[in-house]
Amino acid sequence: MSATVTRVTGTLAEARPLRDGALYDLVRVGERGLLGEIIRFTGDTATLQIYEDTTGLAVGAPVAVTGAPLTAALGPGLIGAILDGVGRPLARLADASGDFIAPGATAPTLDPARRWRFTPRVAVGDAVAPGDVLGEIIETPSVTHRVLVPAGVRGAIAAIADGELTVDDPVGRLVDGTPLPLAHRWPIRTPRPVARRLPADRPLVTGQRVFDFLFPIALGGTVAVPGGFGTGKTIVEHALAKYADADVVVFVGCGERGNEMAEVLEQFPRLIDPRTGRPIMERTVLVVNTSNMPVVAREASVYLGVTIAEYYRDMGLTVAVMVDSLSRWAEALRDIGARLQEMPGEEGYPTYMASRLGALYERAGRARAVGAPERTGAITLVCAVSPPGGDFSEPVTQASLRVAGGLWALDAQLARARQFPAVDWATSYSLYAEALLPWLAANAAPAWPSLRTRVVALLQRDAELREIASLLGAEEMQDGDRLVLAIASTTREHLLGQNAFDPNDATSSLAKTARMAALIVAAWDAAAAALEAGAELDALPLPAFRRAFADVRRAGPAELEARAVLADQAIAAITAVTAIGAGGAS
Amino acid sequence: MIVTRTYRGAHALAGALLYVQHTAGVAIGEEVVIRAPGQAPRRGQVIDAGADVTVIQVLEDTLGLSPARVEIELTGATAQAVVGKELLGRALSGVGAPLDDLPPPVGAAVRPVWGAPMNPSRRVPPGDFIETGISAIDGLNTLVRGQKLPVFSGAGLPALELAAQIVEHARVAGGEPFAVVFAAIGITARETRLFVDRFRGSRALERTVLFLNETRDPTIEQLLVPRHALAEAEHLAFDCGMHVLVVMADVAHYCETLRQVAAARDEVPGRRGYPGYMYTDLASLFERAGVLAGRGGSVTQLPILTMPDDDITHPIPDLTGYITEGQIVLSRALHGQGVFPPIDVLPSLSRLMNAGIGAGKTAPEHRRWADQLYALYARGRDARLMASIVGEGGLSEPDRRARDFAVEFERALVAQGHTRRTIAETIAVGWKLLEALPRTDLERLDDETWARRPGAAP
Ligand SMILES: Nc1ncnc2c1ncn2[C@@H]1O[C@H](COP(=O)(O)OP(=O)(O)OP(=O)(O)O)[C@@H](O)[C@H]1O
Ligand SMILES: [Mg+2]
Repeated sequence: MSATVTRVTGTLAEARPLRDGALYDLVRVGERGLLGEIIRFTGDTATLQIYEDTTGLAVGAPVAVTGAPLTAALGPGLIGAILDGVGRPLARLADASGDFIAPGATAPTLDPARRWRFTPRVAVGDAVAPGDVLGEIIETPSVTHRVLVPAGVRGAIAAIADGELTVDDPVGRLVDGTPLPLAHRWPIRTPRPVARRLPADRPLVTGQRVFDFLFPIALGGTVAVPGGFGTGKTIVEHALAKYADADVVVFVGCGERGNEMAEVLEQFPRLIDPRTGRPIMERTVLVVNTSNMPVVAREASVYLGVTIAEYYRDMGLTVAVMVDSLSRWAEALRDIGARLQEMPGEEGYPTYMASRLGALYERAGRARAVGAPERTGAITLVCAVSPPGGDFSEPVTQASLRVAGGLWALDAQLARARQFPAVDWATSYSLYAEALLPWLAANAAPAWPSLRTRVVALLQRDAELREIASLLGAEEMQDGDRLVLAIASTTREHLLGQNAFDPNDATSSLAKTARMAALIVAAWDAAAAALEAGAELDALPLPAFRRAFADVRRAGPAELEARAVLADQAIAAITAVTAIGAGGAS
Repeated sequence: MIVTRTYRGAHALAGALLYVQHTAGVAIGEEVVIRAPGQAPRRGQVIDAGADVTVIQVLEDTLGLSPARVEIELTGATAQAVVGKELLGRALSGVGAPLDDLPPPVGAAVRPVWGAPMNPSRRVPPGDFIETGISAIDGLNTLVRGQKLPVFSGAGLPALELAAQIVEHARVAGGEPFAVVFAAIGITARETRLFVDRFRGSRALERTVLFLNETRDPTIEQLLVPRHALAEAEHLAFDCGMHVLVVMADVAHYCETLRQVAAARDEVPGRRGYPGYMYTDLASLFERAGVLAGRGGSVTQLPILTMPDDDITHPIPDLTGYITEGQIVLSRALHGQGVFPPIDVLPSLSRLMNAGIGAGKTAPEHRRWADQLYALYARGRDARLMASIVGEGGLSEPDRRARDFAVEFERALVAQGHTRRTIAETIAVGWKLLEALPRTDLERLDDETWARRPGAAP
């Protein structure tokens, strides 16, 4: 007797009699073949969670077990794709089922018709083991795809292709007859193995000064980005997806807006990656399960994204994964848990939410890949968190802080003051900062560590003084303190602030960041020296410096040095006041 | 799905939930008609379909319903809305029944009430300016086609009047076909009148469909009224190529009903008793705004919600803010000063503004103009606060000027009353305010922008 649906409630269904499947096996349910997964067995009844809209699913509908868990199809063609939470390619899905997503619609993740030029890197007779590079495909002009020996396969090559292949073709065969596939499937909830984990030693350069300079993230590191609505989480995630120096970017739009995804799809094919001179879409994979798409698929979307990232890491590439937002993933987990009538933990989240979240973060890191030749790859993970009411004491933010290597805390007050990125530098931190300083000193500017110390001190003093100013009024304060307020205000607005909508300001090279930090510290020192020598604060040409500095901020690479020189001159003018002041006194 | 089946007698009735045993082939979401002797038929919906027990949510008042004597008809269909251009000019109940003494609309098509998600890859990013005629919106928080921009109001603040004024005055470029769908969710008849009377008699009513669920109507219908409205909006936009503005009031009532229903189902409550899935549920409404490639029209949403206790961190505005593309916030203080519309531009934001403004759309200098006004106004408001703590003497000269600017800004730019301003008029008002200040106070304006302002001395 074949299994049929005996109950449907929301995203869950029950089916009976069902004994032959295994836990987490995929099922197809009803005439439309809705995708589902077995999540519980009780006697001969299985509980299924359905990845699609269940409206209209009836008791008595047939259930077919596929005999495999939810997997990601891994092969060439992922770059540039836009997939839903279970890996259906949305563009080709639209060709099949129209502008609105219809339940039961299917299309293979990887285009079966597309042909790829495969160039072998092994020869007949070579002995190969799991993870070894069999050959290469130019997947996009920015990404060279390495085809690897699958897990558990080893032996001598009997045949190897050299030419055009589809993802369903084998690239070769072992002497014992085992085919070597071009593409394969991997269960999304199982981490892909690495040979050895490696410590963080260099930053992922984000192009955002407040991060690169104050709270750098290591290549292979993890950062949580919590913030109330409208504080700029998505803009941060988009900025990193656009400008971070990663080989591949996987952007997971998890339970967020459709229009934001449309914006990415419109912008990314036109935006040029300065490192490759190619559109950034040619290094980007999009996984999109918007807030109105099925909740169960939303829960899966982050695992799909991370699995794809691991696949490219294994090729020896650096991958940056952006999740926007991890809170929506946790909410999906809560929703599913509630329907299963599990015992709720804090704020209704299942008790295992924090450990699952931790396990997800664990999939980031820098590592030596399995196989030969030797390859080092990295997954850097940046997760937006959406705390209710902007209150960071809630479970998802707290669980993130326990595992993330960095916190970029976004603040509603700063956002309201249009200080963007609205990073609260008092609460934010990076556990990588110290470890990355040697690299930054060697590769960005020798003075980087000392500049950073100075700017951090400036901001701390500024915070104290502003507290006092709010009680006394700045007019009542001494010149030395007012100088700190003035320099810090320029620092906050122009050094740490970046306007995502200004093409010259949206990203900042390490060189530009270092030059700007040096200008701030030099201006501070010059003005302090002038005060020391008896000049009055209001007599110093600080507004001129501020204007010159703002121009540096808005400079493109071509104008940068010329404008920085003008700012140098503005600093010289401050010093000149000292000379006059000192001269007058003598 | 199959045909109609009828069952006699329910096993249990608790609140709005009816439990029926041994139904065959019942589907989740299936529409149900419940008949009781001597009473008007009630509608319901299957929320838990089981071979043993099926749970039906009754979508009307269950007072006087006796489970033993009901007759339950499973219709074999999920909720569909009748949609069509023919609905323009009509007033319908929350579930699409006529309220205007005219026959029920035949419609051009049916669409699923619950909607289906737009395929994100088929969306076009919104970027076309809608001129609402309101300076604080057009100038500083620009609305674009396909956006969802809620009005965060407080009890007693004139959000509906603002919405009515927008509906009356809104124009899209090129005079393309334009329609309004209004969903009244649990508001009073007086409020409905307030909204409708604004443009009764004008031609605006001919291009409007009203879906009205008022305070006296079944509460549970509040969950359906915005969805019927959106089904119609989607039809007008994507099948008829019209630009549709959907006004929904009041989303807070919708959320209260959602909470009630969740409590009746014994669900584990989330923050402040609202269900944990409220974000997802609201998203299933708000994400129905947008523009689709090759379809011509657009759905723009202007939901109105009353913030309980004026608290923006309350779950209703909070979750809404996490879904929508910005918010227009009304201020009790401005309202108290007689400012209309009492829009507080500081917490207000249109996230899609940048896509909708600039050369060829509004004015080339629009962005910088807005940034400068905003910065000065923010500084002025800070200075106002500061003066109240440290006294006049603590303010620097520029702070004092900013404080005075803030007063003028509220008076001249925000408090426009019931007149309509074109975007050019709005921008001119702003320049006038800025020109009253010394050039050195205008830090956000580069010389080029300053020189290019209309009426600048050459
Ligand atoms: N770097 C920036 N430059 C200029 N504007 C910014 C920047 N960051 C944020 N903003 C402004 O803040 C708005 C909100 O940003 P964003 O959409 O990233 O918020 P969010 O934190 O993702 O909100 P939500 O949780 O609701 O998704 C943007 O639309 C933009 O107007
Ligand atoms: Mg966001």
